[in-house]
Amino acid sequence: MTAILLQNGVFGVLVGGLYGLGAVGLSLAFGVLRMLNVAHGELIMLGGYASVWLFALARIDPFVAVLVAAPLLFLVGAGLFRALFRHLARADETQRIKTSILIGFGLTLVLQTLAILLWDADERAVTPGYAGQVLALGRVVVPLSRLGALVLAFLILGGLHLFLTRSRAGTAIRATAEDEQAAALVGIPVERIYLTAFALAAALAGVAGALVSVSDAISPAIGLHWTLKALIVIVLGGMGNVLGTFVAGLFLGVVESMSGFLLGNAYREVVGLALFLLVLGVRPQGLFSR
Amino acid sequence: MTPARLAVLAALFALLTLPQVTASRTLLTWTFLIALNVALAQSWNLLSGFGGQVNLGHAAFFGLGALVTRNLWFQGLGLLPALGLGTAVAAAAGLLVGAPSLRLHGPYFAIGTLAVAEILRITVGNLLPEVSTLPGPALAGYALAPRYYLALAVAALTTVAAWQLTRSRFGYGLAAVREDEAVAEASGVPAFRHKLAAFVLSSALAGATGGVFGYYHVSFYPQFAFSPLWTFDALLMTFLGGVGTVWGPVAGAAVFLLLREALALTLVELHLLLFGVLFLVIVLALPGGFVEAWRALRARTAASPAGAAARK
Repeated sequence: MTAILLQNGVFGVLVGGLYGLGAVGLSLAFGVLRMLNVAHGELIMLGGYASVWLFALARIDPFVAVLVAAPLLFLVGAGLFRALFRHLARADETQRIKTSILIGFGLTLVLQTLAILLWDADERAVTPGYAGQVLALGRVVVPLSRLGALVLAFLILGGLHLFLTRSRAGTAIRATAEDEQAAALVGIPVERIYLTAFALAAALAGVAGALVSVSDAISPAIGLHWTLKALIVIVLGGMGNVLGTFVAGLFLGVVESMSGFLLGNAYREVVGLALFLLVLGVRPQGLFSR
Repeated sequence: MTPARLAVLAALFALLTLPQVTASRTLLTWTFLIALNVALAQSWNLLSGFGGQVNLGHAAFFGLGALVTRNLWFQGLGLLPALGLGTAVAAAAGLLVGAPSLRLHGPYFAIGTLAVAEILRITVGNLLPEVSTLPGPALAGYALAPRYYLALAVAALTTVAAWQLTRSRFGYGLAAVREDEAVAEASGVPAFRHKLAAFVLSSALAGATGGVFGYYHVSFYPQFAFSPLWTFDALLMTFLGGVGTVWGPVAGAAVFLLLREALALTLVELHLLLFGVLFLVIVLALPGGFVEAWRALRARTAASPAGAAARK
């Protein structure tokens, strides 16, 4: 019994690391721009396809594909911001949030349909040599590929945290999130910070997508799933809070995994969503925010 | 009587006599589907267009209406009482969901309603995994015309409700809340009560629409009636036509369904790409949709001296 519980906990943490990584970009963009790009899951899907194609065409390992997916999605993000989201910066906050959700919705349709037209609706997976290998720790097994993804997710989020708190550019991003008028007054180029934050958020989605492809199949339809997970995670973690987001991701992963075990797999998603509604009603600033 | 009213009356007459003058099942089915989607989109428009609250959980109320109506009808209750109960259940659910969720601000209302609908969809899928098919006798006596008239009635009802919002005290209050809640409150409009009433009205009519769907469809998985696609389609059609306008959802639903049919013959997914792009263009550059474009076009022709004279 304890071994099964422990196994479920380990699995929850492994999946939860990806939840956290998948959500952190959405959280960053919302914190800085006050725009909620609900096509974030579609950007994760694109990152997944980058990895799938690099593996299919050139046998490039999905962990290496991260190095391609990140800059590629950074450019995609910058382009999308310039074409669709930039002019929203002039609107007030309420309007900004509402319109960004609508634009994200339109983008979801376009990206998902383009993916179906280009790569058809089938599921695709990468199959590196180490797929299926596990690390046995007593009676608990840890799939190596998922463990690698978790470690990498942790490193990336740590790096992001350091970048935001220690570097000059990161400080400028946080200052803009805090108060964009004050930021503009002290000479921070707010427009460029917006572009950077949005593109960075897309790059993080790209990384998440490539890491998802390590253990899960990729198809054009996975976007909504990842957007929902990301929304749950950023509400649990508190919008715009990197470390809170990561902790919330792990937490959601464990809660889902445990409830899947205790209530049956059919209800694992429901428990996560119900938890989300509960937090929304009781503590909308997030569980893990100060 | 203005020419516009005359045109509406003529269209209504044509729609009412359609089952008598045509034997074409295809034509009748298509008009039925347009009416059903007008009702779906218009019911969404009541809260989200006129009230400005983007509800991403509309499918939940459509699904509840479909589920309750269909099951009560299967169990021998008359269709109209079943439909009434389906509508009532959806309205009650609207009250239950709306009361807490409408207190949320920023993006939380939209994603909260989406979460509610997903919980319901997954739970229905878990509890009712079997496909729901019309029982033999109902199938043998299946006729399209009553379904058609029912869809037409719900579409007309939702559109009349939308029209009333443009000219009633409640509608003005709702518009004030949409534009600025704080200002509305300051001028004596109870914002929360207006939003909640609009939410209940919107979900009740979504339930009625779902009930018609449950009565129409021969065989489907109960979970299908709760698919987020019902919400997304409603949003798409409303924005294409013109969000927060009376005729927007009508125009949007007609164009959406006709274009979908025309394009589905060549390439299955192409219409979604086209609608996605069109939707983005409308949100970014033409917030009034088709209806606004039509008005602008008419204003331009009216700007010529002859047109201006005719307008006066």
